[in-house]
Amino acid sequence: MNHRDVAELNLDSAAYWEAAAEGRLMLKRCSECGRAHHYPRRLCPFCHSDRTEWVEASGRGTVYSFSITLKPERRVLAYVTLAEGPTMMTNLTGDTPPAIGQDVAVEFTQTAEGLSLPVFRAV
Amino acid sequence: MSLKNTYVAGIFEHPTRKAVDLSVAEIHADCARGALADAGLSFEDVDGYFCAGDAPGLGPMSLAEYMNLDLRHMNSTDVGGSSYILDVGHAAQAIAQGKCSVALVTLGGRPRAAGAKSAAMRPSEAPDVPFESAYGPMITSMYGMVAQRHMYEFGTTSEQLAWIKVAASHHAQHNPHAMLRDVVTVEDVVSSPLVADPLHRLDCCVVSDGGGAVVLVSEDVARSLDRPKVRVRGAGEALKHASGGQVDLTYSGGVKSGRAAFDEAGVTPADIKYASIYDSFTITVLVTLEDLGFCEKGKGGAFVADGNLISGQGRLPFNTDGGGLCSNHPANRGGMTKILEAVRQLRGEAHPAVQVPNCDLALAHGTGGSLATRHGSATVILERV
Repeated sequence: MNHRDVAELNLDSAAYWEAAAEGRLMLKRCSECGRAHHYPRRLCPFCHSDRTEWVEASGRGTVYSFSITLKPERRVLAYVTLAEGPTMMTNLTGDTPPAIGQDVAVEFTQTAEGLSLPVFRAV
Repeated sequence: MSLKNTYVAGIFEHPTRKAVDLSVAEIHADCARGALADAGLSFEDVDGYFCAGDAPGLGPMSLAEYMNLDLRHMNSTDVGGSSYILDVGHAAQAIAQGKCSVALVTLGGRPRAAGAKSAAMRPSEAPDVPFESAYGPMITSMYGMVAQRHMYEFGTTSEQLAWIKVAASHHAQHNPHAMLRDVVTVEDVVSSPLVADPLHRLDCCVVSDGGGAVVLVSEDVARSLDRPKVRVRGAGEALKHASGGQVDLTYSGGVKSGRAAFDEAGVTPADIKYASIYDSFTITVLVTLEDLGFCEKGKGGAFVADGNLISGQGRLPFNTDGGGLCSNHPANRGGMTKILEAVRQLRGEAHPAVQVPNCDLALAHGTGGSLATRHGSATVILERV
């Protein structure tokens, strides 16, 4: 089983990956309490209403934390806090040395498994 | 209901650190036999059994069959490496409720001999998986993010983190079974290679094979045994996760599990003579000490510096067996060994060079899973009576 299989099995977040394939970062927002969450699920994790809706995120955020590993290849693991509130795990790309508080914007990378993955670059 | 009529009667730590010729089931059974012998009990006395995700088979079933146990109570809650500390609390509750009178907890594994390749998470069907493991998180880089944020928020330094490894190495030199017995300096730690910025190789625990077991008993059984009496005085547990994207890496579930354990025990951090603190990485120890209330949040760096965790030197002797940082992290799960060294200290059976004088109250704390995503925290407070 690869990540794409798992993404397909978790039906209530399938639309996230479909939008990512088209270059859009989606969030779930609750129509009852108004809060956005990540990762997306059908029931709001805050008020547990089932009236959650997909909204497109601005794609802007700031680096909350990061760590660089060099093996098997260089990778910057990070948490990015989106302008809409939620913090998501991601990778940072580009040549700018990462820093906490850095402003970043989303872009999409294709994994070997065929998943379109939102990653972030300093702006 | 009180836990105070439940006792740790037997412990055993497998001496191996590389189990080339042993299966996982054999390690579990060897540890069980050792802990029962330590208590003065036999397999026939066991009526409660506790194990976690390292146990091969479905929950407790395969190992109960392998050891031919006749059970009336069982539990296989898995929260990663802290599971065995959780189990001590759960076993004490079960004994206090009369559900069993001799509870056996076992751990065993052989990641070294089996050639475990990477600490990267294996995909499961869990809903969080594609949102995390697709980004290639390593155990090291996840804890690296915790350290990075702690440094940013509180000014914690690599040198302060290094003191945690230094203290563990001072203790490990006296443990003939420890994987890393050389005393290291702060300079040694910060000049070792960066594995996941800002964590260095020597900020990480060892990878080892082996295991351990603990036997808990009721008051009636304890009275019939000759070994020193170690009572379970308090236990607490908590889960912390990302809460729908409300990530805060500055604290752990230890805030809640510690408070619950201290409240139940009716003691404070100042009363603790010895602490076994889960040490997958140096940052794990730092965050935990703050969360348990041994120092203020953000002051962990100053607290651990200058040998404050070294037995005979500092205010809070920790992990006097060398811990996961230097001695043993069997099956990539460090909770069991935390219980074992706390019991040795309370019995006065730690190595004389690291034995805490008049050690009558000890704490053991575990962090299972990942501090950076979701983890199970478990705290127990044990006393010599």
